[in-house]
Amino acid sequence: MPEREVPDASLPEAHSPDPSERLELPDVGEWKRVSPKHVLVEIVGTIVNGVVICGGATLLWLLLDQTWALWVGIAVLVVTVVNLVFEPRRVRAIGYQLRADDLLFRRGILFQRFVAVPYGRMQLIDINRGPVARWLGLADLKFVTAAASAGVSIPGLAEADAENLRDRLVELAESRRAGL
Amino acid sequence: MSDPVAAVPAPRAVPRTDLTDGEWHHLHPATPLLRGGIFMVAIIGFLVANLRERLIDLFIGEENYAGNPIDEIYQRGALGWALLIIAGVLIVILVVFYLSWRMHTFRVSGEIVEVRTGLIFRSNRKARLDRVQGVNLARPLFPRLFGAARLEITVAGQDGNVQLAYLGSKLADDLRRDLLHLASGLRQARQPTTPPDALAAPFVTSPSAVTPAPHVNPALIAPGDDAAATPHSAFGDFAAARYSEFVAPELDPDAAPPESVVRIPPGRLIGSVVLSGFTVFLILAVFGLITSVIAGSSGWVLVAVLPGLIGSVGYYFSRITKQLRFTIAGTPDGVRIGFGLLSTSNQTLPPGRIHAIKVSQPILWRRSGWWQININTAGQASGRSSTPATSSIILPVGTLADVEKVLQMVLPGFDTDTHRALIENGMLGGRKRDAGIADFYSNAPARAVWLRPFSWWRTGWAVSGNVALIRRGVLSRDLILVPLARMQGVGISQGPVRRRLRLASADLHTVSGPVSASLSVLDVDEALVLFTWMSTGAVRSARADTSHHWSQTEAPTTPTATPGAAE
Repeated sequence: MPEREVPDASLPEAHSPDPSERLELPDVGEWKRVSPKHVLVEIVGTIVNGVVICGGATLLWLLLDQTWALWVGIAVLVVTVVNLVFEPRRVRAIGYQLRADDLLFRRGILFQRFVAVPYGRMQLIDINRGPVARWLGLADLKFVTAAASAGVSIPGLAEADAENLRDRLVELAESRRAGL
Repeated sequence: MSDPVAAVPAPRAVPRTDLTDGEWHHLHPATPLLRGGIFMVAIIGFLVANLRERLIDLFIGEENYAGNPIDEIYQRGALGWALLIIAGVLIVILVVFYLSWRMHTFRVSGEIVEVRTGLIFRSNRKARLDRVQGVNLARPLFPRLFGAARLEITVAGQDGNVQLAYLGSKLADDLRRDLLHLASGLRQARQPTTPPDALAAPFVTSPSAVTPAPHVNPALIAPGDDAAATPHSAFGDFAAARYSEFVAPELDPDAAPPESVVRIPPGRLIGSVVLSGFTVFLILAVFGLITSVIAGSSGWVLVAVLPGLIGSVGYYFSRITKQLRFTIAGTPDGVRIGFGLLSTSNQTLPPGRIHAIKVSQPILWRRSGWWQININTAGQASGRSSTPATSSIILPVGTLADVEKVLQMVLPGFDTDTHRALIENGMLGGRKRDAGIADFYSNAPARAVWLRPFSWWRTGWAVSGNVALIRRGVLSRDLILVPLARMQGVGISQGPVRRRLRLASADLHTVSGPVSASLSVLDVDEALVLFTWMSTGAVRSARADTSHHWSQTEAPTTPTATPGAAE
């Protein structure tokens, strides 16, 4: 492999310093998006969480007369509602790409995250289905590597897609198998 | 060796032992004793000594005997019975020991190493040699006195090691060498060193009798070992051999050229342990204690804290004895790390088994210019066991020159002037007054001061060849090196604060361990560059990597033996 240059410390300053500009990878192909139905899964999850926490806070407030619990409950309620509003955008922000040699994954709008994992690093692939996802015919796919944190988890794939993607990834990993 | 005269100058790949023939072999006959049998004997002795009166009561049924039970037994004419009982107990112990030894076998072939053990609960463990992450030769104090050693073959994963405990000390050395040769992909010149029927027999008969290995180059044997191993030597010879083995250097003199060996002077080691964060804590604790006593608090503080203070002496002692006689050497089969004063350990990390390296300097060491090197390996049993098979420290304390030497060992080809400058800049460079000056590292911009007010001018990254470097930290200086061929993935992320500052953070994913290769602030455009470089570099390096059979010169054949073999 050719020796690559050490990066120049004085990299040219950004072209357009627009502070609201989001992180975007240059020259990558089309992102594959997850199923729009996945929004429902997220919404149900958020609502269940919100209800449980708000319920607990209300109980604390009414039964034990803890006023702070009321404020916590209200805060959780607000956060839940805001989350619900942004849920569709958040699901739209999840994307993945099968590049020639690695799997590219992105998620998040406010907290953005991009991950690239070479296929050869695959240790195993998990497919999980929660109750709501199963009802909608969706599945989550998890790409597990030897690293603790590099796991890429793609939620909200149609079941058939998830299985096809799993087989494809296993095949790709097999042909590019590297050591640990 | 009993017969070094018969030796012919052997080619490098000829096995030194006949254990790697794929047949089942037994371990050292004293294994059950060394693995804990000694404690059983001691416990029985303790019980007998303490329950003496009860036992006498049980057998004799008389309270007031003369006092000495042996006299009593003799007087009552029960000597025969007593001897019979003792003999019976001894026979039972011996039979149990023999059976457990008998059932504990191992075999090594060109591809695998396998151990089976257990009398009632049988277990069988098999590891592929090209997946070996490290070979560790440990000699705990007690087995070491008897000239035995434990060979651990580490593979990836939780609790993933194959133990051969115990083997004769010399034999373990040779077997390690053969294992590394097999794992390195050098096909051994197969010569039947012993007739086949002899192979089936147990190969060791006494702790000092080492397998006759005719094809041993006499130059390879340390002079002290010549006298060591005649099977029927007198006790004096045995003791002398044990002694010479005990004080012998851990490292085979032929295994590594002496200029590639890094040693640590004991004075520096003691100094480094004394100048640790623990000492600061201790001083604070003592100070607090004194003030609280002067302030006239009640005695309970003293009672609560004092045992801890006394215990800390034990901490210093164990830290120092563990790391004394530390040597690091570059051998053809990887880096060899030996340490320990009483219980010694000597581990070999084959090339390409190191996933991340951290060179760090706590602030207390800055005046002395000392550094420590930690690594991540896949074989580190994280969590579960308190004594991991492979230590994560490969240089407990060293100078800048030592660090450069060790880095050249663990990253072959990392020895040009550019690389040296890169390392030195990474360790020492990045001072505040140099901020903005090009020094090989691509540093965080000045606006990162909002997030890293003291360390932003040292926060930077670089890529050189197949290694990514991350420099960070100002109180405790860190330089992190990640071989791209071992990197598991790369991620960049950005939250609202960093977006406003046009910054991002990056994370190179490696196997878990003490080193985390993350960069908390960098320019957003650079983050994109980093992401592209790391992701393409990882793929390219992994494809060019042949370190699973590190001595094989030709391109590795695709592993066909077990296609589904997941680690």
